Amino acid sequence: MGRDGWRGEGSALPGTPPAKGLRSSGHLELVPGVAGILRHCGHSRARRHPAADFADEGHARGLRPLTETWHAALPEATRIDAAIPPRPTPSIGVQRPLGLWWGRFGGGKALSDVTAAAVVLLVLLLAALPALAAVGRPEDRLQDPALEARAEAIGRDLRCMVCQNQSIEDSDAELARDLRRLVRERVSAGDSDAKVVDFIHDRYGDFVLLRPPFNPVTALLWAMPLIAFGGGALVILARRRRTAAGIEPAPLTEAERKRLGELERGNGA
Amino acid sequence: MSDTPVPPPRRRRWMLYAPLGLAGAAGAGFWVMLRGLQSGDYNPRGVPSVLIGRAPPAFSLPALEASGLPALSSTDLSGPFPGPVLVNFWASWCVPCIVEHPQLMRLKRDGIPVFGINYKDKLADAAAFLTRHGNPFTRLGCDEPGRVAIDWGVYGVPETYLIDRQGIIRWRYAGPLVPEVVDNDLRPLLRRYA
Repeated sequence: MGRDGWRGEGSALPGTPPAKGLRSSGHLELVPGVAGILRHCGHSRARRHPAADFADEGHARGLRPLTETWHAALPEATRIDAAIPPRPTPSIGVQRPLGLWWGRFGGGKALSDVTAAAVVLLVLLLAALPALAAVGRPEDRLQDPALEARAEAIGRDLRCMVCQNQSIEDSDAELARDLRRLVRERVSAGDSDAKVVDFIHDRYGDFVLLRPPFNPVTALLWAMPLIAFGGGALVILARRRRTAAGIEPAPLTEAERKRLGELERGNGA
Repeated sequence: MSDTPVPPPRRRRWMLYAPLGLAGAAGAGFWVMLRGLQSGDYNPRGVPSVLIGRAPPAFSLPALEASGLPALSSTDLSGPFPGPVLVNFWASWCVPCIVEHPQLMRLKRDGIPVFGINYKDKLADAAAFLTRHGNPFTRLGCDEPGRVAIDWGVYGVPETYLIDRQGIIRWRYAGPLVPEVVDNDLRPLLRRYA
């Protein structure tokens, strides 16, 4: 159901002319806005709606977000930023057969449809638990748990270039999936961790490393904790020394002395 | 009762103005950043390519039969060329590629060779795209698995690389070549490396 909704023969918004220019590709008919970008950068461990997978075909492959400058250059019909059809609410618990089916196993008396649906849903969710714990698609995982653990550790330190704030292990972008596969390939080929990281680093530069290397550009970044703590310590030290030295209050001026005398006399009287 | 206001010691006054100065500097920096964002000079998501100043990585890609164009491999990019050439990563499913296509056609008319690399596409879709929008490429390689793109450090389509006459990559643009980019960035570079 999702697929047809996303494909949207021509237009997904009422009143918009069909986007003929974009139909031929069959992949991505709509121009997605920021929502789309966020969606494809979703957590790879999260369970996703199949429609989202389809919509991501374009994004995940690195379709760039629209910017002001070239947004205007798009053909009129393709300028649909938020053309996301509402998802129909699932009609769980309405279908009779489910309860009857459950009743056969439940000892004669048919459970209410809602209860049956809830139990089935619970079983399905429990079945999905291993998928939540694993990374990416199961067929990409290595058979050897030790190698897979190494590959995951390497991948967690590599940035997804599409999402830019997730590691390739966490990202659902297609480039991240390719890089995950690449890392696993290198690891199974017997490369050391450093060699695998270098392989990616040679292609994408420092930015791909989630732990930036120390070089002139990143020196300030790395030195920042030292600067902050060192600066704070210096301030505290200076204050301590000043109190320890017991700095004398400034001597009274002539006017103040006169006023003090007046007060003392007044109080004495 | 003469109480003349005592001026704060020099030291204190300095401490009063330092945060103000700091805030002013930060504000000025932020303003420059925003201006850059507006004019397109500064892209916070932009990533420098490691290939700048180097020859393209070795690769060999099959041709797109339906297009009738010759295939592309790294030997085709090693130079020497009579002038600078462009390498463009594109796909039929990529909307920004449609946006930049007229610019590629314009560059072709101006006699600039554009080598195409079709990224993660269905062959039929790629061919249909060229029939519909025109063919700006002199050679075209198909990178269906996307491996060659990874070797180039491509992280999205479209991406365009400028290669000088000696076969050294001089410039990379990640994003569609809109007329502003062509006129303000690409043309001066084409003149410089001509």
